[in-house]
Amino acid sequence: MSLGAVDWGVLALYLIFVLGIGVAAARRARSGADFFLAGRAIPAWVCGLAFISANLGAQEVIGMGASGAKYGIATAHFYWIGAIPAMVFIGVFMMPFYYGSRARSGPEYLRLRFDEKTRALNALSFAVMTIISSGVSMYALAKLIQTLHVFDAPFAHLGLPQAWIFHGAILTSALVVLVYIYAGGLRGAIYNEVLQFFLIVAGFAPLVWLGLKQVGGWHGLEASLGPTYTHVWAGMGHATTNRLGVDWFGVSMGLGFVLSFGYWCTDFLVVQRAMAANSMSAARRAPLIAAGVKMFVPFLVILPGLIAIALTAAPDRASAAHPVAVAGAIQQHDPGVIPVKIDAATGRPMLDARGRPQLDYDLATPNLLLRYFPTGMLGVGLTALLASFMSGMAGNVTAFNTVFTYDIYQAYIRPKADDRHYLHVGRLITAVGIAASVATAYMASQFNNIMDLMQLVLAFVNAPVFATFLLGMFWKRTTGHGAFTGLAAGIATAALHHGLTLPVDNLTGIKGGWIAVTHTYPSEMAQNFWTAIWAWSVGFAVTIAVSLATRPKPAEELVGLVYSMTPRVEAERGAWYMRPVVLGVIMMVGVIVLDVIFA
Amino acid sequence: MTFDVRLPIGLLFLAIGLLVAGYGAVAQPMAAGVNIDLVWGLVMAGFGALMLVLVALARKGDLPPPQD
Repeated sequence: MSLGAVDWGVLALYLIFVLGIGVAAARRARSGADFFLAGRAIPAWVCGLAFISANLGAQEVIGMGASGAKYGIATAHFYWIGAIPAMVFIGVFMMPFYYGSRARSGPEYLRLRFDEKTRALNALSFAVMTIISSGVSMYALAKLIQTLHVFDAPFAHLGLPQAWIFHGAILTSALVVLVYIYAGGLRGAIYNEVLQFFLIVAGFAPLVWLGLKQVGGWHGLEASLGPTYTHVWAGMGHATTNRLGVDWFGVSMGLGFVLSFGYWCTDFLVVQRAMAANSMSAARRAPLIAAGVKMFVPFLVILPGLIAIALTAAPDRASAAHPVAVAGAIQQHDPGVIPVKIDAATGRPMLDARGRPQLDYDLATPNLLLRYFPTGMLGVGLTALLASFMSGMAGNVTAFNTVFTYDIYQAYIRPKADDRHYLHVGRLITAVGIAASVATAYMASQFNNIMDLMQLVLAFVNAPVFATFLLGMFWKRTTGHGAFTGLAAGIATAALHHGLTLPVDNLTGIKGGWIAVTHTYPSEMAQNFWTAIWAWSVGFAVTIAVSLATRPKPAEELVGLVYSMTPRVEAERGAWYMRPVVLGVIMMVGVIVLDVIFA
Repeated sequence: MTFDVRLPIGLLFLAIGLLVAGYGAVAQPMAAGVNIDLVWGLVMAGFGALMLVLVALARKGDLPPPQD
């Protein structure tokens, strides 16, 4: 399939508007506060949509489709238990301290609350993580665009080698994001994220509609895929009776508590969006508004995966790992939407440990898009992919430039310069950060293992962070030494746990067991969840133990930073739908209803 | 006056919607039994128009912009 003039027109319109918003925002980016904090002047609903959009990167869209195809609708756990409760928690309980402390970043809150070393550890690991994740997703996008072959004809027409599609995709997306962040800072990024959010919906909603129409609606999916694909809680009593390979405890503690709260309540990439709000009330409502939208995102990104697998005769459909065999053979559809994974080196299909061909699940959503979208809608679909990629990347870049400028440059390199200087450095570092992302993307294409390793190390660093923020905000006795030692102990525990366990059917090494294999998990996901649970628990316990043995900060220094030392936000005023607690309750009820419907 | 992000969203959706719907009306591409270009193009254009109406109302002062 090749692009028509209409598709090019849609893509061009998108690029013009994205750049235009950056330029429009530039007129109001005159100070550091404008550039890094969007002047703290953004309405709640805009912050809320930016909050989810920054997270809805291309890897999320593609990855959730892939998981939908592999694990079924149970993937929705990543939203309903793995996001909503944490988003409600940050809006209701944590935002008063982030926003009220007037800290300009997550690491800066840690310095105000604890000390310099805790901030430094958090800032450095966060800065590296944002660059790596934007580089890796840039690589994934470029690779995907190449795989889709939609640009083959125009490149051939221009006499350019096919390899240039990869370079073209990377350079174009990097340049566009660079221009609108360089010009408009966080404000440019946030306004674009809202636009991009609507484009993602516009691109994927019709895909789901056509796909469902084709497979006979939800009931058609249920009939062709069987119950293991279409229920979120069925079989969660034990790790071996569901497709995820995790039991209910692992899901609720590992995903629902540690990983989810660790990401949504502490990751500056999302928190920064809420901190840009125009008032405390708006800052608290931003994650709650986001939660209201977020709970429906699974229907947009996971369903395409289920539809794709229903249109593919999967070799491992009635997988032996899952005793609940799928009833009835599925009608073999033509080549199938999801292709078999091909080994790049040998050109042969890749087999799993049982000798069955593996499917390339990452192509589930993109291939569905190619199958159902004719010229015209194809442009809209590609724009949605591009929009999701750019929103994710811009989220990383704006979080990076803020943390680098304030928590590394201002803290350790040049502390006492004027605001103009930091604004200038912020712009410069935006360019440096994007260049580093591009370099990372090329590194990822050369050395896949190094990237896996770095992401693994960063996952260790991240696992215990929520214990630090939680104790810092809600227990005034927590000390800087306690926080730092707890963080370090949590990181060490994560590494140790990974070194001692291995998911079934895997070789020791990057997947775990590099010290000794003392326990085997039924799936990689189970191992991830339990690594997080251990890291958090040890981090939590060590922080408390060391805090009790060291001297706390004087109480008067903790006002505005710790729950018990901060006067309650004055009685909530305004209509009921403006109150964070009321909104929080509504979101929790909503997500419970969804869980019951799809139980 | 503050920047209203609904303006560029409205304009972009209207433009893309009309472009795709126009192509759909002429070329009649069918997918899963639906002229998806025409149908979805009109949906997008309608959403864009709605955004523009909201912006216009906010400017006239009939409706407060969703500041908070």
